[in-house]
Amino acid sequence: MAGSFWCLVEDDRQGNPKKVMAEVLGEAGRLASQAGGQAEAVWLTDKATEAGIKQLGEWGAKRVLLLENPAFAPYRGEVWAPVLAELCLKESPQAFFGAVTARQREAMARLAARLGAGLSADSTALALEDGTLVATRPVYAGKLLSKMTWAKMPWLATLRPNVFKPADSQQGAVAPVEKPAVTLPAAVMSLVERREDSSTGLPELAEAEIIVSGGRGLKGPENFAILESLAKAIGAAVGASRAAVDAGWRPHRFQIGQTGRTVSPKLYLGFGISGAIQHLAGMRTSKVICAINKDPEAPIFKIADYGIVGDLFEVAPLLEQEFKKLLEK
Amino acid sequence: MKILVMIKQVPDTATQVKIGPDGKAIDTAGITWIVSPYDEYALEEGLRIKEKRGQGEVVAVALGPDRVKEALRSCLAMGADRAIHLNDPAWERADTLMTARALAAAIKQEAPALALFGRQAIDDDMGAVGAAVAELLGWPCASWIMEESVDEAGKAIRVGRQVEGGLELFDLPLPAVVSAQKGLNEPRYPTLKGIMGAKKKEIKDVKAADLGLTAEAPALSVIKLETLPPRPPGRIIQGEAADAAKELVRALREDAKAI
Ligand SMILES: Cc1cc2nc3c(=O)[nH]c(=O)nc-3n(C[C@H](O)[C@H](O)[C@H](O)COP(=O)(O)OP(=O)(O)OC[C@H]3O[C@@H](n4cnc5c(N)ncnc54)[C@H](O)[C@@H]3O)c2cc1C
Ligand SMILES: Nc1ncnc2c1ncn2[C@@H]1O[C@H](COP(=O)(O)O)[C@@H](O)[C@H]1O
Repeated sequence: MAGSFWCLVEDDRQGNPKKVMAEVLGEAGRLASQAGGQAEAVWLTDKATEAGIKQLGEWGAKRVLLLENPAFAPYRGEVWAPVLAELCLKESPQAFFGAVTARQREAMARLAARLGAGLSADSTALALEDGTLVATRPVYAGKLLSKMTWAKMPWLATLRPNVFKPADSQQGAVAPVEKPAVTLPAAVMSLVERREDSSTGLPELAEAEIIVSGGRGLKGPENFAILESLAKAIGAAVGASRAAVDAGWRPHRFQIGQTGRTVSPKLYLGFGISGAIQHLAGMRTSKVICAINKDPEAPIFKIADYGIVGDLFEVAPLLEQEFKKLLEK
Repeated sequence: MKILVMIKQVPDTATQVKIGPDGKAIDTAGITWIVSPYDEYALEEGLRIKEKRGQGEVVAVALGPDRVKEALRSCLAMGADRAIHLNDPAWERADTLMTARALAAAIKQEAPALALFGRQAIDDDMGAVGAAVAELLGWPCASWIMEESVDEAGKAIRVGRQVEGGLELFDLPLPAVVSAQKGLNEPRYPTLKGIMGAKKKEIKDVKAADLGLTAEAPALSVIKLETLPPRPPGRIIQGEAADAAKELVRALREDAKAI
């Protein structure tokens, strides 16, 4: 239906939508209300829960299209894309948004190819201008912003986590659930094994609101314990520069930057990181950036909101103490 | 086993990019071009599969203008056996979909067992072409792979796909599309012998008409490029470490409201 702003649900594989969905639904809701339409959730899962459905309603979904089938887990593009395309062809949504997550990034790209539609991946802003959607996306490693628009509907986009304002939760709002019948394509890929990252007890990098990040200035892998201790105190995730990763101090999945993860936390604290252009590419959309570096000329100070010129081995434990004092109050 | 590796030529990561006169593309004057780093991981993996099997062919494929030959040449120097250059004004404004259609058509003609891509091209940072090609070909696809092994018969590939919180190991029947994530391998440098040998290797020019394609309007187009809004000037907190730490935490709570 024209006016439908669809959101593909990212869940925790236990039947609950992830927190990033509050952002996707929030943005879809804002745009839909300007366009005289509504935000709706599309959920492909092997297992939905009542609580999960309720959550989607409270985040502003006015309808939940629920497709519950064991075939949808694990995510396989050859199963998801034809199903999503069938739904789009049946219902002609005006827009279809996803989050930048492993499965949605790929599912949206396959869907776009199947529909012959445009996809704005990793968008950081969306706006209606004269009735059409305009997306803003960082390009060239975040050195420039590209404003893009679509030749036709549905407008497909994935949204960078932590950038869009989450929906205000409307307690008690209920979304009607529909269970459309679709043709299930045969799965071709088979899951052999899922290897969970050894749990650090810290939040996932892409979702974290606060990130503490270390570079070559840490001098060795053992010193990341200093940052982990600080991170635990403030509920942060720990990231690293490429220099620290390539030295083998941290696994690849923790690398932030052009050839690592793109993160956009509320607060980014960099320790012993010089701020090379390729590192900035992965964190420059962070809301508040702090740098601790002993070199006053380090380029990271050019984009930092706050800086301390000093020895991280001295400053990090002091910061931990101060944060603890603050948070215990 | 035939392996195709899709590589894109992009500005060097350290290059300052400037917006060009039309406001929609960058000014390419003075830019140093490289093979997009993720595509180097893809090429390296293709070469390793071939070497491990003791036979096969690795073909580098790129879409873009004349300058792209240089990128293909460096792939040949690294060890690719030959190259295909999709070079036609019809692709001048190629977006994700147009690029994917062209690459899919070239892959179909070549009929490889495996099509390797980078996780994303570091100019448009879209991360979509590989999966789009898989969809157009009706092939299975695994994005952001950190490890792989092809079975002895060359009929299937086992890949480790990076997802939030871990790695998912999948078996994919071939032909398949996979995209390379950093950590998959460490790309080799071309040897002098490789560089010399590359001059004799074939780079085949392919036009849109050769693939049965015509110019089309982009599905997603650039309205304009913009420079980043300047960040407000930062503040260096002076003083003894203990005082500075205290002041930083206070400022983060009270001024920036970041914690
Ligand atoms: C194609 C390409 C892709 C790349 N991708 C990435 C990427 O994704 N992510 C990334 O991070 N990099 C990337 N890089 C690498 C990047 O160019 C830099 O080399 C890297 O970011 C440097 O890491 P660093 O800041 O930890 O180390 P350095 O540049 O060596 O900086 C270390 C800093 O620590 C400070 N320091 C030292 N001791 C102390 C102390 N005791 N207390 C306080 N400060 C101290 C120093 O003053 C210095 O500023 C890429 C490069 C290329 C060519
Ligand atoms: N013009 C191109 N020529 C060859 N391969 C490309 C081209 N554009 C994209 N690719 C491939 O698709 C991947 C993802 O690109 P993108 O979706 O643009 O980020 C790249 O890493 C390349 O492997």
